[in-house]
Amino acid sequence: MEWLWILIAFPALMAVIIWLIPSDVLKGRLVYVGAAGMMALTIFLLGSWSGQEMETAYLYVNTAFWDKAMLAGEVFFMGLIIYESIRHKKYPVMLLSIAQTGLMVWLESTVHLPELPHLMVDRLAILMCVIVAFVGGLICIYAVGYMEAYHQHHKEFQNRRGFFFAMIFFFLAAMMGLVLSLNMIWMYFFWEVTSVISFLLIGYTRTEEAVDNSFRALWMNLLGGLGFAAAIVISALKGGTAQLQEVVLAGSALPLLCLSLAGLTKSAQMPFSSWLLGAMVAPTPSSALLHSATMVKAGVYLLIRIAPALNGTAVGMLVALIGGYTFISASMMAIAQNDGKKVLAFSTISNLGLIVACAGIGVEETIWGAILLMIFHSVSKSMLFQAVGATENSLGSRDIENMHGLLLRLPKLAYIMGIGIAGMYLAPFGMLISKWVALKAFVDSGNVVLVIFLAYGSATTMLYWTKWLAKITSMHHTKEVVHDVTREDQYFSMYLHGGAMILLCLLFPVLATSVVNPIISQLFGFSYEVLSMSVLTTMAVMLASVILVPAAMFLITRSAPRDYVPIYMGGVNEGDNTYFTNSLGMPEHLYLTNWYLRFEFGMRRLMRPSEILTAGALVVMFCLIIGGAV
Amino acid sequence: MIPVISVLAYLIFAPVLGGLLDGADRIISARMQGRVGPPLLQPFYDLSKLFSKQMIAVNNVQLLLNLSYLVFLAVSGAILFGGADVLMCLFVLSTADMFLILAASSDSSPFAVMGANREMIQMMTYEPLTLLIAVGFYLSTGSFVVKEIIHSSISPVVMMPGMLLGFWVITAIKLRKSPFDLSTSHHAHQEMVKGLTTEMSGPTLAVMNIAEYYEKILLLGIVALFIINKHWWSWILAVAVCLIFYFLEILWDNVSARVKWKTMLMGCWIVTLLAGGINLLILMLIK
Repeated sequence: MEWLWILIAFPALMAVIIWLIPSDVLKGRLVYVGAAGMMALTIFLLGSWSGQEMETAYLYVNTAFWDKAMLAGEVFFMGLIIYESIRHKKYPVMLLSIAQTGLMVWLESTVHLPELPHLMVDRLAILMCVIVAFVGGLICIYAVGYMEAYHQHHKEFQNRRGFFFAMIFFFLAAMMGLVLSLNMIWMYFFWEVTSVISFLLIGYTRTEEAVDNSFRALWMNLLGGLGFAAAIVISALKGGTAQLQEVVLAGSALPLLCLSLAGLTKSAQMPFSSWLLGAMVAPTPSSALLHSATMVKAGVYLLIRIAPALNGTAVGMLVALIGGYTFISASMMAIAQNDGKKVLAFSTISNLGLIVACAGIGVEETIWGAILLMIFHSVSKSMLFQAVGATENSLGSRDIENMHGLLLRLPKLAYIMGIGIAGMYLAPFGMLISKWVALKAFVDSGNVVLVIFLAYGSATTMLYWTKWLAKITSMHHTKEVVHDVTREDQYFSMYLHGGAMILLCLLFPVLATSVVNPIISQLFGFSYEVLSMSVLTTMAVMLASVILVPAAMFLITRSAPRDYVPIYMGGVNEGDNTYFTNSLGMPEHLYLTNWYLRFEFGMRRLMRPSEILTAGALVVMFCLIIGGAV
Repeated sequence: MIPVISVLAYLIFAPVLGGLLDGADRIISARMQGRVGPPLLQPFYDLSKLFSKQMIAVNNVQLLLNLSYLVFLAVSGAILFGGADVLMCLFVLSTADMFLILAASSDSSPFAVMGANREMIQMMTYEPLTLLIAVGFYLSTGSFVVKEIIHSSISPVVMMPGMLLGFWVITAIKLRKSPFDLSTSHHAHQEMVKGLTTEMSGPTLAVMNIAEYYEKILLLGIVALFIINKHWWSWILAVAVCLIFYFLEILWDNVSARVKWKTMLMGCWIVTLLAGGINLLILMLIK
């Protein structure tokens, strides 16, 4: 296992090579190599670790050189942020960066901490590695084809795809490091890397909007980073340790609150949701990456790690309530969006809210749900982003209204999108089962507010997905001709995602018993069946019914003889179902839209109050804990 | 009771019972309006006529989606009557409804799509309370599983009267009764024509009607679940309560006019919060 560093170093190395190679074609090939290599390494890690009976492995005790190198890296990032903030006249951001880097430099130069292992391989870390390597790797493969089409469409942006691919690989390297870190100082370094790279990715197009949004993402994530740094300093000074496990065991309130702040910012919970919405300006692969395999998952990963300490504390209650509130408010705001990527963004925020709420409760049942939600969410969200991105390249728009009748115009993409949407909320698919577990767990923990949030939030979630699904599955013929410009590597990635989604559902019982249960027993020392097996079997039957019953009915209905007639349109149908005769005897085009309920659920109405409410709750909690009331 | 028998009984008799209820509903409604009304078996005459009609369609998927609606409703009911998990029953119920929405919006017809949009709002309206009811059963009897709920020593309704009241309100949505008959109506001369059933005709419409009969019995099954306990007489009481429940729905249907969607959404959500939420809070406190 001593070779574990390669898992982090390999993507970073690939990033450098891709950046330096001049040819676009060669860059694309190298991205494939990098993605395949990362997957192979992860499988190899899984194999060699199973060879050691899946014992938790602790690695790298003496790492003085690397500690110094990371510190130098942090100072470099500080320099970069100062440079960028002066260049774009966003001065306050640099203060945050200076404060946290200063804290870390001061800590490492004055306080001497005992040398302990820096990396750890356990079940949760391995699961995260698999998600990062596979979902992240497939996104890389998709990105090659996507960026080709993107720069053909958007001549106005400078082609910096080498930089783009390099940043994605650095990002994946940092994620690997983050999930494998045991030592909080190392974890903090990787944490900072993800913040800085997401800043660079969001600003890719260099438009004014992109720059503004990238700085918003930066300051929010740096605030979280400051929380992280503060947590490290406090636990080093008070507890004499920088090991995450020991902080969890000690369970002291202030470091936990600071870490929770870091987790909440990174996972874009209220009041820090706006950065993830702004991140939409970047090319789609980076959105897919930020939303599914990396970035936001780093936030919930940290919260899941500290969850055992959150159980039953005031901090845990706050985290759970913020998560629950984010779940319902983001799902309401998603209703009012017609931009496909915005809906996906709100849905990410909302689903992460549920995971955060589960982590905040911090009992084995909720973590069980949280981990499953995380797995399913990564796969379906990555798939949905890719499908929307590919549709945008072909259709020239990502407006859901323009996807009317997508099933007839871009059938393959419509099917992929359909599977992704179904995976996000429909009965036999994983998200729903996980939500069900979360509901039961909230009831068992006696949290009535969370139960009510979940009940209403599920209803609003259902609305925004159903109307999207109904839009793409309409049998609506239009005269506009659409050419599918999606490249094969994009389809390769999307098909694999679709296959994985269906397999995950079919193999759900296996996933639950042989992956999630052991993780829970490792985190909590014991585990039990959260769902009884009979329910799991019923689920498998259900899924079969979702595939078999429609297939059978398809065969039956296909043989039924039918006479096709035009639809009823109020005025006389001109015969093609798209024009009707109006009162002047002229043909009138029929235009159908979904409902968006903007006045009731719009972002303008809900966003600001939600931010104020949650920010207030956080401030009050900080005051209470620093003042010593809790 | 053996689950297989009760499931089979549900699958076979639910459409018959649902049709009879519908017939009785029409007669009672007619009497309330000072009319004589159709014979009791009218729904079955209607069905046989629909099946005998020429098969005309606006596209090739609507029948498929309508059949899916029927199958998922039957599955949902089978879960309830087979004594399995009540939460899963409710989830499958909403999946079923989603197929109806897809069927209606698949044709891109203005009135059907409007009906489908309204149906989505209706789904969003009733969904929170259905989840709270499942939680209520869990808290008052210790289980989500129907066959354990029906063996509790006292009727769940004693612990969750607010939820039954709330359920009465949202059942009006599910049964497409006024004031919440937004997505479709029995009369084609209204502003939405026939809403989501506008483009359904002949056998396709018949399938939709049979599905609604399954749904009726399923909903009354949930009402019965509020009443049934381990004593034999509670079953008789449950049937009586179901009939009263249904009668009150008819009464409400006949004395109220259709409301706008916002009134429905806000009204039902507030009822959910007051009747369901407070009931839930009390259940959690005394647990």
